Amino acid sequence: MNYLFYISSIVAIAATVMVITRHQPVHALLYLVVSFLGVAMIFLSLGAPFVATLEIILYAGAIIVLFIFVVMMLNLGRESAIQEKQWMQPKTWIGPSILTAILLGELLVLLTMGGSVPMPQQTVDLKKIPLSLYGEYVIAVELTGFLLMAGIVGAAHIGRHKKKYLHRFLKQEEEAV
Amino acid sequence: MTVMQHVWIVLGVLFVLLNIAAGLIWVERRMLAMWQDRLGPNRAGPLGILIVLADTLKLFFKEDWIPPFADKWVFIVAPAVVVGSVLMSFVIIPFTPQIIVSDLNVGILFFLAMSSLGVYSIVLGGWASNNKYSLLGAMRGASQMIAYEVFMGLSLMGVVMLTGSFKLGDIVNAQKDMWFVVKQPLGLILFFIAGIAETHRLPFDIPEAESELVAGYHSEYSGMKFGMFFIGEYLGITLISAVTVTMFFGGWLGWSFLPPWAWFFLKTFAFILFFILLRASLPRPRYDQLMETGWKILLPLALANLMITGAVALLIRG
Amino acid sequence: MFSHIRTIWLTFLHLFKRHVTIQYPEEKIRLRPRWRGRIVLTKDPDGGERCVGCYLCAVACPVDCIALQATEDENGRRYPEFFRINFSRCIFCGYCEDACPTYAIQLIPDFEMGEYNRQNLVFEKEDLLINSQGKYPGYNFYKVAGMDAGVKQKGEGENEDAPVDVHSLMP
Repeated sequence: MNYLFYISSIVAIAATVMVITRHQPVHALLYLVVSFLGVAMIFLSLGAPFVATLEIILYAGAIIVLFIFVVMMLNLGRESAIQEKQWMQPKTWIGPSILTAILLGELLVLLTMGGSVPMPQQTVDLKKIPLSLYGEYVIAVELTGFLLMAGIVGAAHIGRHKKKYLHRFLKQEEEAV
Repeated sequence: MTVMQHVWIVLGVLFVLLNIAAGLIWVERRMLAMWQDRLGPNRAGPLGILIVLADTLKLFFKEDWIPPFADKWVFIVAPAVVVGSVLMSFVIIPFTPQIIVSDLNVGILFFLAMSSLGVYSIVLGGWASNNKYSLLGAMRGASQMIAYEVFMGLSLMGVVMLTGSFKLGDIVNAQKDMWFVVKQPLGLILFFIAGIAETHRLPFDIPEAESELVAGYHSEYSGMKFGMFFIGEYLGITLISAVTVTMFFGGWLGWSFLPPWAWFFLKTFAFILFFILLRASLPRPRYDQLMETGWKILLPLALANLMITGAVALLIRG
Repeated sequence: MFSHIRTIWLTFLHLFKRHVTIQYPEEKIRLRPRWRGRIVLTKDPDGGERCVGCYLCAVACPVDCIALQATEDENGRRYPEFFRINFSRCIFCGYCEDACPTYAIQLIPDFEMGEYNRQNLVFEKEDLLINSQGKYPGYNFYKVAGMDAGVKQKGEGENEDAPVDVHSLMP
């Protein structure tokens, strides 16, 4: 099982690197899907099949599809890539990359310093998840419910169809009257 | 179970499935013809069954054309995704108590996950073709499949609630006394409608809609790449039929004069025929009508079904 | 919703209906005698050509697929020197048959004219002429026509009075 973990981690990391370096946004999103699948495999190898499937259903299956959907309609081409290059001045990327470098350093230090703790592996029973969700973390579930409800109401408001005229000729007629 | 046995099961399932998918070429054309008072293919071999061979050979030997304006790699990957994801879903289908590749404890969720990955073949195929009609088909396909996936999962949850398990083996065993179609008729109808939309079969074949979009997302495909989409569609029909049978019609259960696998295949075949019958009889809805029924009628119905099932289950348990 | 289910059921019932398909090369459909198929030129009962080269068929043809050249033999009987029908153009409308004053050009119930070479669809007179009287057996144009073209003497035809001697017509 450990090998599975390492293989899927390497796949996930490699895919994520590819996501960042791709110029074509659809290719980047494809690698993002691969990365999500890798992460799902990691969850599976750590004994959390429920989270793994949810990762695939929600992230890989729904959210990235919507991303691709939007990217397809944007029709990004060479000009937008050039435009993007203009945004990427050193002063914009130098600050975040220093911070990230510090984090990476910390990670490396922790990886080398820490003693080898065996990976905890226990399969999470499916029944435990709802029990803890609706027992221990019920407040969090309710709050998420509020948040999603607000999102749905907002989307419904934005997407409301306010069509007054069936046709532009009818509109002119009505204005004339 | 030894490793060798496992390998044999995998290979056997793969062999049977691919043969069924190929055979459906003949079954569909022949049955459609019967329902339209025609004869259908009847020249090659007895009853025309060798049309399967002829069609496959034709697909193999056609020029495998990649248009110069297409995005080459995505164009190649797209048809593989559909076959791959559907075949992966068959991992959890219990053909008999013994013949099952892996009875995962997230069973149905795995099926839903794989069918949600199937969207990519349409979206990527349509996008990579770099063609207006393909792109339109891809966008329709994506929104249709996302919309119908939502209540596809929800419609199955009633059965899960009654069984108390995601494992398909457990679900079949829970139907020993009574098939779930009796307890969950609404769930069956909703799941089947969602299944047709997921496989984009004919009443809901809006992503391909040949009368509007040439061939939709696979307009630019030819040769075996088109063949993959073709096989993927037939595998999808088989998958939805198999899942319907497992969830609502007692899977391999049946009277003892036939072996369990025969019961399973008989029931699955009946549903495949029903898919073809739907194709023969129903007209295609308009795109906005499809989305409207999906979100405004079927999704609330699925939620109501879930709530009522939960309430009744609670009441009975006391 | 109910109508959908009814549609599905009615379509299902078609499983038990008869096929309308006719397995063509093995089974053949029964063609009616007046079916408009291949065009032929028929002959008189005495074996002479009926066509008098009047060009009415060529004029009536909406797609201009008929070409002919009239000529006369030593008796003054008119006949076509060549008669050519381009069947790759012909639409089998039957106007030529309607236009023909001598029942010479007729459409017969035969449609199996497939050819690999398009040039083979241009039928010459020897291809068109058949040794039969077609749909009007016993009809002989020169027997009912007023003129003498070697078939009969003037005034000897059916329903024909003897020629009047104009010089003897006295008031």
